[in-house]
Amino acid sequence: MEPKEIFEKVQARFGEAAVELQEEGFRPAFLVVAPEKVREIGRFLRDDPAMKFDSLMCLSGVDYPDRFAVAYHLHSLAIGHRIGVKVYLPKEAPSLPSVDEVWPAANFQEREAFDLFGIVFEGSWDLRRILLPEDWEGHPLRKDYKYPEFYHGIKV
Amino acid sequence: MKSNAVALPTQEMLINMGPQHPSTHGVLRVILRTDGEVVVNAKPDVGYLHRALEKIGERVTYAQYMPFTDRLDYLASMNCNAAWCWTVEKLAGIEVPERAEYIRVIVCELNRIASHLIAFGSFTADMGAFTPFLYAIRERERINDLFEDICGNRLTYNYVRIGGVSADLPDRFLEKTKEFLDYFEPKVPEYNKLISYNKIFVHRLANIAVATPEDAVAYGLTGPNLRGSGVPFDLRKNEPYSVYPKFDFDVCVGTGERGTLGDCFDRYMVRINEMKESVKILRQAIAQIPEGPVMAKVPRMFKPPVGEVYFRAENPRGETGFYLISDGTVNPYRLKIRAPSFVTMNIFEKITKGLMIADVVAVIGSFDIILPEIDR
Repeated sequence: MEPKEIFEKVQARFGEAAVELQEEGFRPAFLVVAPEKVREIGRFLRDDPAMKFDSLMCLSGVDYPDRFAVAYHLHSLAIGHRIGVKVYLPKEAPSLPSVDEVWPAANFQEREAFDLFGIVFEGSWDLRRILLPEDWEGHPLRKDYKYPEFYHGIKV
Repeated sequence: MKSNAVALPTQEMLINMGPQHPSTHGVLRVILRTDGEVVVNAKPDVGYLHRALEKIGERVTYAQYMPFTDRLDYLASMNCNAAWCWTVEKLAGIEVPERAEYIRVIVCELNRIASHLIAFGSFTADMGAFTPFLYAIRERERINDLFEDICGNRLTYNYVRIGGVSADLPDRFLEKTKEFLDYFEPKVPEYNKLISYNKIFVHRLANIAVATPEDAVAYGLTGPNLRGSGVPFDLRKNEPYSVYPKFDFDVCVGTGERGTLGDCFDRYMVRINEMKESVKILRQAIAQIPEGPVMAKVPRMFKPPVGEVYFRAENPRGETGFYLISDGTVNPYRLKIRAPSFVTMNIFEKITKGLMIADVVAVIGSFDIILPEIDR
């Protein structure tokens, strides 16, 4: 299915929650959706017989100059097409519903985005830091991250 | 007769497996909650090797990032190099000379054999059979010699370049590769005779840690682990890139031949069979490789256009993906590495419930994880 058709399908079902379609310069194209609806839209994309996006290839946090984003790259093994889904979040207290019950593969990657960007995934099974120690301060992949001078009193 | 047995108090025990443990293939820590010998829960704890490769990616240029991809999956550096180049080339729309693509496929498939050999060797060693490991290392050494001829390195190659490869193949390389293939091809049945169908070995693996096809897809297993569950999906076939469409090869899948579909034995067998398929691809590539340049014209101050791209390649451990955001400058704006082993660890907790402690070792080995890639 073409990205445009997918976008129209999501728009017909969720109306305003489907914000826009990013095509020029994006491979694959992105559906931009409202953060609070991402889990329902995810389930719709997975279960709709014409789309069947059963596999979440990649989930990434992004720190754009003016806002955060979470990008989901979806693929359908049954049909063989792919699409991206993107959610924009404010710089202040970014949070959105977790999709790990739709695609269990999301869990580790959500933890990673939480760890490195400080994006909170509500309703996640297990949202803890994953790559950094539990007591690490700050979120290193944010563009405004300041490198720490001390770690546990040791100069780095 | 009156029993004088007393009810012994029992309690669950918490065991740390790793981070320093010979069978975890690196610094993986598994927090085991056990009831006697049975695993109640096994939580993987990763991150001991975190080197912030994604953050480094935002500070260096596209070409400078090449050596860092070597250190993602050090047993398959060529594949990681090539995956990074294909991503950047897709973003910038660079046309790569055909000879260079053939060389990439040749080195990638050689590296796939080398990586699967290590997977086979270390897995059997984990299961208590040390001899096959020596056989695997012996064969891999010859591949390392070939790579040394190409680029001087034996582990981290840094050979592939954006736009091609760093140098043409040395003299007699293709003949030497052919000799290696003639030598290696009969070895695979030998491994099967030596260990694959050994009764003890099969008993250790069959019916252990079954990943159903549905679970495998939902939990994001890729590569041999996904195919071990009987899902015939191979990016080289289903989403072809480079010159892979020109080659004729089969996608190996698990069949449940010794137990249940998707058990440790199936995942092991997929790797053994894939080595034979790689030999097939290599023979065709050597026969067809054209003459010509090996490098496209890429400007020294390389600035790709603004855009976002996600590219994935079939690496020995599964799908290695790069999500690359370019803002038109010399450095990537954001670089996300989708590491196959990292996503694979997702299913670990679910799949190890109710196994014996010794089986946890089998699960780690059968997934063929590599820690630098998990921790990045």
